[in-house]
Amino acid sequence: MAEVAARELPESIKPPDLIQGGEDFTSITNTVARVAEYKPPKGWYIAFGIAVSVLGVLLAMLGYLFWKGVGIWGNNQPVAWGWPIVNFVFWVGIGHAGTLISAVLFLFRQQWRTSINRFAEAMTIFAVMCAGLFPAIHVGRPWLAYWLFPIPNQMRMWPNFRSPLLWDVFAVSTYATVSLLFWYMGMVPDLATLRDRATKKLPRLLYGVFALGWTGSNRAWHRFERAYLLLAALATPLVLSVHSVVSFDFAVAQLPGWHTTIFPPYFVAGAIFSGFAMVITLMVPARQFFGLKNLVTMRHLENMCKVIMATGMMVGYAYGVEFFIAWYSGNKYEGFVFINRALGNYAWAYWTMVTCNVLLPQVFWFRKMRRNLVVMFVIAAFVNVGMWFERFVITVTSTSRDFLPSSWHYFTPTLFDAVILLGSFGLFFTFFLLFCRFLPTVAMAEVKTVLPEAHPGHHHQPAEVER
Amino acid sequence: MSLFQFPRWTDKLRPLLGVTLVVGPAYVTGLFYFGASPKTTDVGYAPEQPIPFSHALHAGELGLDCRYCHTTVEEAAHAAIPPTSICLNCHQRVLPESPLLAPLRESAETGAPIPWVRVHDLPDYVYFDHAAHVLSGVSCVECHGRVDTMEVVKQVQPLSMGWCLDCHRDPEPRRRPRELVTRLDWERPADLPAELLPPRRLSADENGHDPMEDCSTCHR
Repeated sequence: MAEVAARELPESIKPPDLIQGGEDFTSITNTVARVAEYKPPKGWYIAFGIAVSVLGVLLAMLGYLFWKGVGIWGNNQPVAWGWPIVNFVFWVGIGHAGTLISAVLFLFRQQWRTSINRFAEAMTIFAVMCAGLFPAIHVGRPWLAYWLFPIPNQMRMWPNFRSPLLWDVFAVSTYATVSLLFWYMGMVPDLATLRDRATKKLPRLLYGVFALGWTGSNRAWHRFERAYLLLAALATPLVLSVHSVVSFDFAVAQLPGWHTTIFPPYFVAGAIFSGFAMVITLMVPARQFFGLKNLVTMRHLENMCKVIMATGMMVGYAYGVEFFIAWYSGNKYEGFVFINRALGNYAWAYWTMVTCNVLLPQVFWFRKMRRNLVVMFVIAAFVNVGMWFERFVITVTSTSRDFLPSSWHYFTPTLFDAVILLGSFGLFFTFFLLFCRFLPTVAMAEVKTVLPEAHPGHHHQPAEVER
Repeated sequence: MSLFQFPRWTDKLRPLLGVTLVVGPAYVTGLFYFGASPKTTDVGYAPEQPIPFSHALHAGELGLDCRYCHTTVEEAAHAAIPPTSICLNCHQRVLPESPLLAPLRESAETGAPIPWVRVHDLPDYVYFDHAAHVLSGVSCVECHGRVDTMEVVKQVQPLSMGWCLDCHRDPEPRRRPRELVTRLDWERPADLPAELLPPRRLSADENGHDPMEDCSTCHR
């Protein structure tokens, strides 16, 4: 039935093919594998040099931090959670697009995901690495960070199982594990392709080891697809759970502005919002540099812009509801916090957030804007900034104006706060550029399944082909 | 194609992999849990002292009370190591010429204390108060063991936080009448009347909050 409907669509409004430029099975393999096989463009070396330098700055800063202590940050009473927690939530959020694209869109049979899932999953893993860094250094004595885990010890000391901070440890580590497994397992057939094409000994050996002896036999494919489906089903609840638990870090605390039931869905929407923005930020230049324009087409980018607009409006709705509840609850402390947010000391941060997250994505109502690379790149960058500010606004405004006016305090970050945030981008981009250089950036095997040729009826009844 | 597959013999490693995944972490955990435990690393520490002072002779055979030498134990956090003068109370007359006591005579002449080596050493972040424990009826023997039978003093308990908490969570069986605190050979009768026990310094308040388990009770 659906096929008939698709056939009857007039040419002008029919969705374009997922893969453009007449690519076939061979050319897709060539396009993707070539990136890993030949020397990258000069731009890659420049970008990698910058990323590694920034990573080096991060490591130096961490060394200084361990030597000197967390006093080098702006954190103090009453704003005890400063930038480290803001950065943690920011990076965890970015990771969410990967799981959403790989797991949820897979289960919903959204075939357009195949061109971008590998990319987004890699981004997830590196973002979670950056995220994990911040709580570990925020504990003050990072060499005791293993105390976060319930390990039997001679002190008989256990983490507080009633604390969302501990749930966070489990949520984020589960998320990191499942994302890594999902990413790696999905990559096995592609690694085998690279192994089979490798001409030098070392790449062949390394790809070969990580391809786990993949033969591409029917049985191997059967099991692979089963396992992939199961992992997708396992990962799907994580899309909702991880950022819900992150939001509990705030929502369980009885602080006006934090103690809000809307936090879990609001955080999840925000996470997907920021994650997709980051995918666009990375994808737009990457497809240009590595010649992946036929695989990651305007249609993919347009879909992502739509997701950004939708989730951006969800986030905007949450901002509005918070104000409504502050008024409707009749709680004057709650009311004060939100008036203070919009008009108080941090109004500049609040309105930066609203502008970047709610107002600017509205341009995506226009098809022309959704299909303009420069516009989408700029908007995505603003969304990244806006989502960082969202976490800043939540973390800082509520605590800086807490219950006791005598302890009110304007939070000022130090240079170290800023350099460590910048450094985390160095960590992220170092890994990301290495990924772009040495691993299959597009899921070759999966992309081939959405080609018309992969359709069972393709050669016999071309007219019946969907899309 | 076979070039890129793992050789057949690697199949034999597969069960081994399962064993490694299960046994490996358990082994590492066990290794650290038992191997790095203060029970293993600290118990039995018996350093050589500048004078081969025998607690078995002084406290056991001669029956000196612990407090004769460790004078501050009932008043202060620290149980004092006796000054040279306390030793000389007896040793002016008893074995005054013994070559083993040369450091004692030297200390008496120069005024420099005898460099005794500390056996029971808690980390600096632990606040331990001898007086609070002794006055609550916790005997020396609970932590230091039967010092009155030791030729050379050694550590018999792990002194780990978990070990401290064992007692802090259930102190009653380890309490005794105050005048019996230094009687290291005393055995608690099964029907010890509770009214003979001294009042506890710390106990749960009416809300059930017990400062015995507060972080700041020991870490200040």
